[in-house]
Amino acid sequence: MKRSTLILIKTLTWLACLWPLGQLVWGAATNKLGADPTATITFATGLATIRLLTLSLALTPVRRLIPELSWLVKFRRLIGLFAFFYATLHLLTYIALYAGFDLHAMAADITKRRYITMGLAAWLLLLPLAATSTTWAIRKMTGKRWNQLHKLVYVAAVCGVIHYWWQVKPGVLTPLNITILLAVLLISRPIYTWSQRRKLRLRTA
Amino acid sequence: MLIGKPPDIPSSAITPKDHYLNRRRFMRGAVSGVVAAGAAALGAERLAEMFSPRIGALAGTKLETVKSPLTTTGEDLTSLEDLTHYNNFYEFGVDKADPAKNAGGLPTRPWTIRVDGKVKAPKTFDIETLLKRRPLEDRVYRHRCVEAWSMVIPWVGYSLSEFINQCEPLSTAKYVQFLSYYDKKVEKWTSESTISWPYTEGLRMDEAMNPLTLLTFGLYGEVLPNQNGAPVRIVVPWKYGFKSAKSIVAVRFLDKEPPTTWNEQNASEYGFYSNVNPTVDHPRWSQKTERRIGLPFYAQRKTTLMFNGYGEQVASLYNGMNLKRYF
Repeated sequence: MKRSTLILIKTLTWLACLWPLGQLVWGAATNKLGADPTATITFATGLATIRLLTLSLALTPVRRLIPELSWLVKFRRLIGLFAFFYATLHLLTYIALYAGFDLHAMAADITKRRYITMGLAAWLLLLPLAATSTTWAIRKMTGKRWNQLHKLVYVAAVCGVIHYWWQVKPGVLTPLNITILLAVLLISRPIYTWSQRRKLRLRTA
Repeated sequence: MLIGKPPDIPSSAITPKDHYLNRRRFMRGAVSGVVAAGAAALGAERLAEMFSPRIGALAGTKLETVKSPLTTTGEDLTSLEDLTHYNNFYEFGVDKADPAKNAGGLPTRPWTIRVDGKVKAPKTFDIETLLKRRPLEDRVYRHRCVEAWSMVIPWVGYSLSEFINQCEPLSTAKYVQFLSYYDKKVEKWTSESTISWPYTEGLRMDEAMNPLTLLTFGLYGEVLPNQNGAPVRIVVPWKYGFKSAKSIVAVRFLDKEPPTTWNEQNASEYGFYSNVNPTVDHPRWSQKTERRIGLPFYAQRKTTLMFNGYGEQVASLYNGMNLKRYF
């Protein structure tokens, strides 16, 4: 790929990833965050997190299906880090606007409210991944260990979706689409491994 | 003192009407803009809705009202804009902004309420008759949602007890059930959740007869906007908002507790009584505090009051009851 094309796509990716934040900032500046800005900000940052996380998980299956798109891997780190960025904003929204920096309220929430426990777990799982996302860390940890650690992203995504379901009212189906998408992506991995093994067996037989 | 001298200015006179007018002006601008930009710019559905005559166009019609001694004083009203664009009305979509967009097709005329069950004889009441039965009152109530947000709303209506008396219930009637309008063709959004429709709510007879329970026809001195439960709903200010059924088409008097929508959906989260109670947490969040809609971030958090602050009028209904068990 030409360098200029790469720069263009990278710029577009940055813009796309910043879009949800831009909407919130614009909404806040023009007083258009709706009747309940606290809920709007919480929902927008949470949704951006789970969407970007799912997108980052979709890159590898897409590359396998369409080898011409294997350059997509260059964007995985960027998208993953943006997912962590929105997850952090989401957490800060909770700390500031829901808990009001009240440590007792937060401790009670974390121990008693399962959707908050699950959400925090998802963020804590993403934390070491973001911390080891530098090229230096990848080199230092060696490929295999780094890969093993970064498998946690699946667990984090599943925690995120459970957190979503546990937060909505019982019977509300809003999280269904992202759940199906994530399930397909998760199932595609073992299917791919299985088919590769089968191919290998056929070749050696 | 929660109930005191009613304010000298009726709430209808202090409507921040400019919000509403701004929106209309915006919509008018949007229509011409869309025509210019072509149908592709906006969904065909939205476009059709804009050009077809809106059945629910009565919303905003001025109502003649009188002051009520039962009005709540000393609270800033939530703006008309906020209370008409932040609604839980799942028949028109699960997002709070959805009902304002989708409820336009609710056919609010002609409208009747069917009354049956433990009554002398089944009856049907026409909305026009109900509106003219007696002077409508301006009544400001706090509104506390089970989701831990709250508003202050100037409703228009009269005590439900006056309607119930017209229904002539038998002495065996211990509960009242309310059924909301349901038509899949109008309410195309009901599949966004697994709720079994129509929406239904219920009260114990003494709760329904309490003068605070309001048969509601309007807000801010005007006919109810569709998304707020037009043309007629109940408002039970000491209970979580979902108890206040919207767009009522049937009232049934029963000798036992009726099934209610959210209770059927999840009994451990939504009790039949669902009185506002800061000492009983929702299993998924605390009910000790609430966020007042329309206030800035730093000022929105408020302490939730027992019975939403209406204990003086309603606490006696629950004497001797364990409200942690009957939540």
